[in-house]
Amino acid sequence: MGMIHEIDYGTKPSAATKLVTLTIDGQHVSVPEGTSVMRAATEIGTQIPKLCATDMLDSFGSCRLCLVEIEGRAGTPASCTTPVAEGMVVHTQNAKLAKLRRGVMELYISDHPLDCLTCSANGDCELQDMAGAVGLREVRYGYDGSNHLDAAKDVSNPYFQFDPAKCIVCSRCVRACEEVQGTFALTIEGSGFGSKVSPGMSEQFFDSECVSCGACVQACPTATLMEKSVIEMGQPEHSAVTTCAYCGVGCSFKAEMRGEDVVRLVPYKDGKANHGHSCVKGRFAYGYAQHKDRITKPMIRARITDPWTEVSWEEAIAHTAAEFKRIQREHGKDAIGGITSSRCTNEETYLVQKLIRAGFGNNNVDTCARVCHSPTGYGLGKTFGTSAGTQDFDSVDEADVILVIGANPTDGHPVFGSRMKKRLREGAKLIVVDPRRIDLVRTPHVAASHHLALRPGTNVAIVNALAHVIVTEGLANEAFIRERCDWAEYAEWAEFIRKPEHSPEAVAMLTGVPAAEIRGAARLYAAGPNSAIYYGLGVTEHSQGSSTVIAIANLAMATGNIGRRGVGVNPLRGQNNVQGSCDMGSFPHEFPGYRHVSNDAVRAIYERDWGVSLSPEPGLRIPNMLDAAMDGSFRGLYVQGEDIAQSDPDTRHIVGGLTAMECVVVQDLFLNETANYAHVFLPGSSFLEKDGTFTNAERRIQRVRKVMSPKNGYADWEITQMLARAMGMKMDYAHPSEIMDEIARTTPSFAGVSFEKLEHEGSVQWPCNEAAPDGTPIMHIDHFVRGRGRFMIADYVATDEKTGPRFPLLLTTGRILSQYNVGAQTRRTENEKWHPEDVLEIHPHDAETRGIKDGEWVKLASRSGETTLRAKVTDRMALGVVYTTFHHPVTQANVITTDYSDWATNCPEYKVTAVQVSHSNGPTEWQRDYQAHSKTARRIDAVAAE
Amino acid sequence: MSKMEDRLVYMANQIGKAFILRPHQEAVDETATHLKAFWEKRMLTRILAYIDAGGAGLDEIPRQALLKFRENLPK
Repeated sequence: MGMIHEIDYGTKPSAATKLVTLTIDGQHVSVPEGTSVMRAATEIGTQIPKLCATDMLDSFGSCRLCLVEIEGRAGTPASCTTPVAEGMVVHTQNAKLAKLRRGVMELYISDHPLDCLTCSANGDCELQDMAGAVGLREVRYGYDGSNHLDAAKDVSNPYFQFDPAKCIVCSRCVRACEEVQGTFALTIEGSGFGSKVSPGMSEQFFDSECVSCGACVQACPTATLMEKSVIEMGQPEHSAVTTCAYCGVGCSFKAEMRGEDVVRLVPYKDGKANHGHSCVKGRFAYGYAQHKDRITKPMIRARITDPWTEVSWEEAIAHTAAEFKRIQREHGKDAIGGITSSRCTNEETYLVQKLIRAGFGNNNVDTCARVCHSPTGYGLGKTFGTSAGTQDFDSVDEADVILVIGANPTDGHPVFGSRMKKRLREGAKLIVVDPRRIDLVRTPHVAASHHLALRPGTNVAIVNALAHVIVTEGLANEAFIRERCDWAEYAEWAEFIRKPEHSPEAVAMLTGVPAAEIRGAARLYAAGPNSAIYYGLGVTEHSQGSSTVIAIANLAMATGNIGRRGVGVNPLRGQNNVQGSCDMGSFPHEFPGYRHVSNDAVRAIYERDWGVSLSPEPGLRIPNMLDAAMDGSFRGLYVQGEDIAQSDPDTRHIVGGLTAMECVVVQDLFLNETANYAHVFLPGSSFLEKDGTFTNAERRIQRVRKVMSPKNGYADWEITQMLARAMGMKMDYAHPSEIMDEIARTTPSFAGVSFEKLEHEGSVQWPCNEAAPDGTPIMHIDHFVRGRGRFMIADYVATDEKTGPRFPLLLTTGRILSQYNVGAQTRRTENEKWHPEDVLEIHPHDAETRGIKDGEWVKLASRSGETTLRAKVTDRMALGVVYTTFHHPVTQANVITTDYSDWATNCPEYKVTAVQVSHSNGPTEWQRDYQAHSKTARRIDAVAAE
Repeated sequence: MSKMEDRLVYMANQIGKAFILRPHQEAVDETATHLKAFWEKRMLTRILAYIDAGGAGLDEIPRQALLKFRENLPK
């Protein structure tokens, strides 16, 4: 296996359809109108020297190396900024051009260290390549004059260094920060010879606004911005394309390797989800896979108070199967179940649900989507007919109005957030519905037209008020509704939504949002012409999560914003494979492809394929499993790659349920919080150690490729297979591709998917079958999956979680850029430097009335429990609302959250908890006890471990 | 009422409230369909036993919905 080298065409492709024919060095070439001469030359294999040009960025024309001669035109224009023209005759090489280029290179090199042999970019340096390409043989100017060779390095960023001595001021880093990432953290300071790249106001990288996305490092043509891993390890020698294991954007990366060691992950330009961009997590935070905390040997124990004992894989699997069989013998087949992982592959998830349905003989399978996007599945399934977003990410390029509800894309889905910001800089309008002033509300060259800073828990009221304005002001798209939706259902819904209680004026007091803002936002959304909705967990994690999704779907249908590019309803999925885990039948009521277990015809497909009889009854959801455990009827749980003790709400209830069980099996990379209550630990494998597929938020199925041997000995699918065999199932897959073949033959929406197809196409978006052999980027184009779109009445019902004298504030939770969910991965990387602890964001007024100052320890108390953390006083919070993250187990933010949940799906109401904030002297009793238990629960028997 | 029964009653009432604006029989049918599609049988069995014991706190829509299909419950 060699290195994957992507061609750099120097400038971006033209979207024009009209072709222009020209001649370059005697060769005829036809390219789309608007293509640069440089790109046209590259298309026919002619490399024009370049330094400031790269096809990730707009043409700049500063380095003067790509000069060409064009017959009939004066001078030597830069080929990167010169568009092709019909009949143009271009010469890229002649004596005059060679002399000019050598002269330019001579100037560059006269202020550049000549340490090529010891330079970290040796072998991967464009400056070095260009010196060779132009035939530079001498530098006449010497090094005695003014230069930058002694400029100090900036090593403040944990992942890359900045060595200004090697900078040629091509501005590629500055432009990448602006054009690709949209942060504008870098600038060229000074002028002329004094020009230099500067993060922020002459700050160190770490102290600046830099978000460490890596775009500047990737763009740098020299060793000026260089990954520390390359400096330490040297240049990689082979690479493979794989998919990021963090958020639901699903960025493609080249894993660049030396042997079985990762040198770096570089975003892949051909990646259809990220188009060569990345964030600090995917690009740099992969070190957790090799972290010392990782457990690589199976362990068992009789009681959760015992230390762990390392055992062989054979013993661990046999013990687990024996325990599960014993429990079923003593308490019935429904006394056990399992949880699939949204961090694992489709194939692994499929196998876990198969083990439970066919091996355990029940449908007690659930997944972490229960606590994030299960309302999306319900709401979009009911209204549109399928449980997924309607668009591909590229669709945002054609949106005129972007409505972001309960999502924070620049932190939670940063690569798509950058894409969205780019479209907003191009002129699209933005509406943000969020209690916090998220970064997107006002960020360089982006400002929301409307920020509806609603009171947490009033989403349905706000979305219905938007719909009220649209219907009562005659802004609905009746032609679309008549053609595509059920008109009678629309009429009934419109009658409901017209009622005065849904007017902006009526809901203003309820939501805290001025009526004029709601009316303005509604008119803007209705005006479009292309209006797109993007939403996140701020929509779903409520007692009315499903109702809000339904209300959003109503809004899109009422305005005809479905079924073409630039519009749609787009759930931003949290985890890398949360879409896939849902697709693969992880919910207790559905087989893969969202087909109910009571459907005889569907059950027959699996009964034929698997050779067993299957239950037609829905199984238990995660919270129901824990309830049943407390009640004594559920006693065994197989948890693959999920940490319910930290991520799920009302920790005391979770811990109570886990403690009541007789056999909890955790399969994970680390001894996570759930493992504190486990009896068997099966070490898992990282995404770098296995083959498979992930499906991202745009339904895109992409390959995950094994680049190193599993540290624990087995990929996760192999572990599930061993357990299935020990439970008495026949299961003998030799490779995950065989599992995907089974998925394809049993799931209509995946019928055309295979590893072979993915190898050929790179990725494909489901549905992919006979009707859509190339996949489906945009859904519901001619008709909804369910036939006609269904308007459903979604009335606002206030949450039962109420503020009052004891708990006067509302807590809402979320995640930040540098950390990821429960932090199991990112806390074990240098990302910890940006966010070493969870903090409580509180409005200055709320802080002042409590005498709380920025940075002080505070007690956060709710009806469920209390914890302590530091306060961060910030006016980005609305008055009466506080916010924290849940990345650190020591904070135990979910001790605070309640067990209220969505009416339809039991998705927890993380986003609304009544709390009080007061001064604190230190950790609560619960935190102290929990830490003590964690320490005890993680002991590994020293003798047995020898 | 045990804690589990308390939770089941709460959840059933939540579902009923989601359909409360529908005509009564339709709300009962929708609630019944929802419960049948998503509730595991021990949950249904438990709440039906609770109804038999008086069913205090259970709203009318979910109560009627549960009784509607109790005859068809899996044994």
